[in-house]
Amino acid sequence: MHELSIAHSLVELAIEAAEKTGTKRVKTLYLKLGVLSGVVKEALEFSFDVVVQGTPLEGARLVIEDIPVKVFCPDCKQAHILPEPFPMRCPVCKRRTGQVLEGREMELYALEGGEEDAGSDVKPPDR
Amino acid sequence: MQEVTLNPRIVEIRQNILKKNDVLARELRKGFQEAGVYVINLVSSPGAGKTTLLTEMLTRLGERYGVAALVGDLATENDAERLRLSGAQVRQITTGTVCHLDAEMVKRNLEGWDLEAIDFLFIENVGNLVCPASYDLGENQRVVLFSVTEGEDKPVKYPTIVNSADTAVITKIDLAEAVGFQRECFYEALNEVRPGIPIFEVSVRTGEGIEEWIAHLEAGKAAFEKAAGCL
Repeated sequence: MHELSIAHSLVELAIEAAEKTGTKRVKTLYLKLGVLSGVVKEALEFSFDVVVQGTPLEGARLVIEDIPVKVFCPDCKQAHILPEPFPMRCPVCKRRTGQVLEGREMELYALEGGEEDAGSDVKPPDR
Repeated sequence: MQEVTLNPRIVEIRQNILKKNDVLARELRKGFQEAGVYVINLVSSPGAGKTTLLTEMLTRLGERYGVAALVGDLATENDAERLRLSGAQVRQITTGTVCHLDAEMVKRNLEGWDLEAIDFLFIENVGNLVCPASYDLGENQRVVLFSVTEGEDKPVKYPTIVNSADTAVITKIDLAEAVGFQRECFYEALNEVRPGIPIFEVSVRTGEGIEEWIAHLEAGKAAFEKAAGCL
């Protein structure tokens, strides 16, 4: 289960990003998670709740958007979203294609802060 | 309408969660390229035969090239000791409970090694077909290994790592007949999750396919050098 390591990286990155962008009291973290990212959403949510304790992000919510696989089909000359990540075939002409355009994301997309005047700045992380 | 106080403040970040690892992996890759080190990351389940094949590769390539290996395990130095018998430089990375290697562990364990003297660096990942998929180690080639005893549908069971691999190696091919290995089913499964993946069949015990596999690695290194020369 590497989601715990990933949750650590996520919290670290989010604290850094919050400081850099002057985001106060982070309420929500928006993630994009490709179905090929190798990360199990539920395991990441569980790990996040554990890792976030005692950090400036404590109490923040995780909102995860699943990103389906999008492949380019060299026959149709078009990008298609696959209904299932595998088999890797063009959903229209059924040709196999390994040209993945989307679906590997593991991205902190946005942060949502609280009201401007509602609280103190994000504290520096405990080291 | 007064809605300023109700407006949440949303800022776009758009950064990879494993940014630190990716940045480090890029640095490593650049350093390897400058020093002419071709790096191969080996991933498989426990028991697929990574260490056995690696010993063979280190021995054979070691006759003509500078070779080295980093070997990841949760505990013990056993693999490194086995691999040192080949005469190559080997370091064990003991991860404790961590189920994968990351770029930082690779970087830390390269300290003191003269990269200029290394042509091939093998990184034997922790035996695990899930977690190593997410971590770039700065390698040139990611090789996923399966043994013939693991079942023909294994690639479909662990699609993410197969999809992220550059090459597949089927090990213990001398046992294929004995265990009723269905070659076509296995190739089909690999191609459903990673269309067009090059596949090699090897047996360290009988030597079958080893020459072809070594030639593939040498060709990979030659192509890498040519590409580096164009920069």
